[in-house]
Amino acid sequence: MAPVAPRRRGRTKLGWNLLGLCVFLTAGFPVYWMLNTAFKPAKDAIDPNPHFFPTTFTLENFSRAMDVADFWGPVGRSLIVSLVVVAIGIVVGMLAALAISRFAFRGRKVVIVGILAVQMVPLVAMIIPVFLLLNDLGQYDKLSGLIITYLTFILPFTVWTLRGFIVNIPKELEEAAMVDGCTRTGAFLRVVFPLLAPGMVATSVYGFIQAWNEYLYALMLMSQQNQTATVWLGNFTTKNGTEYAPMMAGSAMMAIPIVVLFLLVQRKMAAGLTAGAVKG
Amino acid sequence: MSAAETTTATGPSARRSPAPGARPGKPQGPGKPGTAGKRSGKGGAATPWALLAPCLLVLVLVLGYPLVRLVTLSFQKFGQGQLWGFQEAESAGLDNFTTILGDREFWAVVLRTLLFAGGSVIFTMVLGMLIALLLQRVSGWVKTLVNIALVASWGMPIIVATTIFKWMFDSDYGVLNWLLSKLPGVELIGHNWFASGPQGLAVIMLLVVWGAVPFVVITLSAGLTQVPKELEEAARLDGAGSFGVFRYVTLPILKPVLVMLTTLSVIWDMGVFPQVFVMRGGHPEPEFQLLTTYSYDKAFVVNDYSGGSAIALITVLLLLGVVAVYMRQMLKIGEVE
Repeated sequence: MAPVAPRRRGRTKLGWNLLGLCVFLTAGFPVYWMLNTAFKPAKDAIDPNPHFFPTTFTLENFSRAMDVADFWGPVGRSLIVSLVVVAIGIVVGMLAALAISRFAFRGRKVVIVGILAVQMVPLVAMIIPVFLLLNDLGQYDKLSGLIITYLTFILPFTVWTLRGFIVNIPKELEEAAMVDGCTRTGAFLRVVFPLLAPGMVATSVYGFIQAWNEYLYALMLMSQQNQTATVWLGNFTTKNGTEYAPMMAGSAMMAIPIVVLFLLVQRKMAAGLTAGAVKG
Repeated sequence: MSAAETTTATGPSARRSPAPGARPGKPQGPGKPGTAGKRSGKGGAATPWALLAPCLLVLVLVLGYPLVRLVTLSFQKFGQGQLWGFQEAESAGLDNFTTILGDREFWAVVLRTLLFAGGSVIFTMVLGMLIALLLQRVSGWVKTLVNIALVASWGMPIIVATTIFKWMFDSDYGVLNWLLSKLPGVELIGHNWFASGPQGLAVIMLLVVWGAVPFVVITLSAGLTQVPKELEEAARLDGAGSFGVFRYVTLPILKPVLVMLTTLSVIWDMGVFPQVFVMRGGHPEPEFQLLTTYSYDKAFVVNDYSGGSAIALITVLLLLGVVAVYMRQMLKIGEVE
C-alpha cells in the first residue's frame, strides 16, 4: 500500500486517541464514582442532582465506616487467613510446579489434567460438602477452617502460575551449572531460584488478593462475630436502606490497598498465567 | 498442532518471504522430542513424586474428600435432620436427579445461565480484543491512562465492584439514571433496573464484563507485541487490508492465547455468584436465579442439601462438557517443555 500522507495519519491518530479516552472514561468511571461518593458529605450523595465534582471534601464517611460493626477485626482476620493461605500455597505449590515443569515421569499428564480440572470446579459447587466437612471436623466458624477451604482454590492456581514462570527460565542455565559441578538442588537454588523470585512474589501477591477478595466461603463458614473484610462490607445495608456514602468509603478502604498491590504485579501475572501460550 | 496450524495459516501471505514464515514453527518442531528425551534421562521417578506429594496430599484432603462427598450427597436423602444427626442419611438412588431434571424451573435456570455466561464471555472477548487493538494505535499517554483505568477495575475486589454498581444503578439516587435522563427522549429517573430479571441480569452482565475485560486486554496486548512485524508487512505487501492482516496473521498467532482466555472466561462466568447474590440482597428472585445461586438456594434456604448437591454436580458436568473442547489446548500449553 502507498504510504499514508502525514496529515491523514495525524488525523486518524487523533481519532484513535479520542476513542481511547472514551474507553478510559467508561472503564474508570465506576472507580471515580466510588471515590467521589466516599469523600463527599452523606447528604450530597443522595442529592437528586449528583455532584460530578466534589465541592466539599469530608472524611466523615470514613470514620462512620470504621464505626460500623468493627473495622479492624474483620480486616485483621482477612489478613491472617490470606497470609497463611499464601504461605502454605507457595511452598507446597512451588515443589509441585517444579515437578511438573522440570521432570518427565509417568503420570505427569494426569497430574496436569487434574490440576487444570480442579480449577474448573466452581466454588459454589463445593460449598455444601465443604460446609458439612468443616461441621464434622469442628472447624466451622474458625479461621483455620477458612484457611483449609481457601487452599482448594489457591493451591491449583499457585501450581499452574509458578509452572508458567519456571517454564520461562531456560533449562540450559541449570544444565550449565550442573556441568560446572553443582548438584541438581544446588543448580536450582543458585540459578533458578533467584530468577524465579519475581515470579514467586507476583504469585504470592496475586494469591493474597484472591484470598482477601473471597466472599462466598467467608459468608457461609463464618458467623457474624468472626466475619472477614469482604463480608463486613455488607453491614452498610440494613433493613432501613443502604448508607451509600459510608459504604463507598468502606469500599475505598478495602479496594485501594489491593489495587495498589495489584498495580505492582499485574504485568508479571498476565505473563505468568499465559506463559507458554504465547511462546508456542 | 498449534505450530503447524500457525504455519499453514500464515503460509499464503508469507509466500514471498520464507524466512519470517518459517519462524513460528521453528522453536517447537525439532526441539520437542529432543528435550523430552533429555528430561527423562535425569533423576529417577521418585523425585518428582516426592515434590508432588505435599501438594497432592493437601488437595486430596481439602478437595478430594468434598468432591467425593458432593457425588455421594447427590445420591442421598440429606436434609436438616441428617445435618444435625437426628436421622441417618439414606440412599435416594437417582431420585434427586429425576426430580431436578423433571423440573421446568431447573431448565429455565440452565438456559438463563447459559445465555448469561455466553453473553458475558462473548462481550468480554470481543471488547477485550478491540481495546487491545486500539491500544496499539493510540499515543503513549492515552495508553497509560487506559491501562490505569483497566488495572484499577481489574484489581477491584468483586464485592466492592458489585457494591459500586449497585450504587450507580440505584433507582432513586443512582448516577446512571440521572446521566441517561440527560439524553434527549430518555426519562429514567426513579427507574428500577432490577424490577425485571432480564434487565437486572443485563446490569449484572455489564458488571461482570467490566471486571473481566482488563485481564483480556492486558494479556492480548502482551500477545500482540509478539506478532512478528515482518509477517504483517509481508501480508500487507501481498495486498491484505487491515482486516485481512488481522484475520490471517494476527488471529492465528493469538489463537492459543484466545483459546485460553475464553476457557478461563467460561469457567469464571459460569461460576458467577456474589454478583447476583449481593445485588439482590442475598435473596435473588426466581427470574434472577443462575445455576450457582439456584444450587445455593436449594441447599441453604430449603435445606435440601442433597438436591443442592445434585444441581452443583450437574453444573460441574455441564461446565466440563463446555470446556472439554478447550482442555486439549490447555493441556498442550502445559506440555510446552
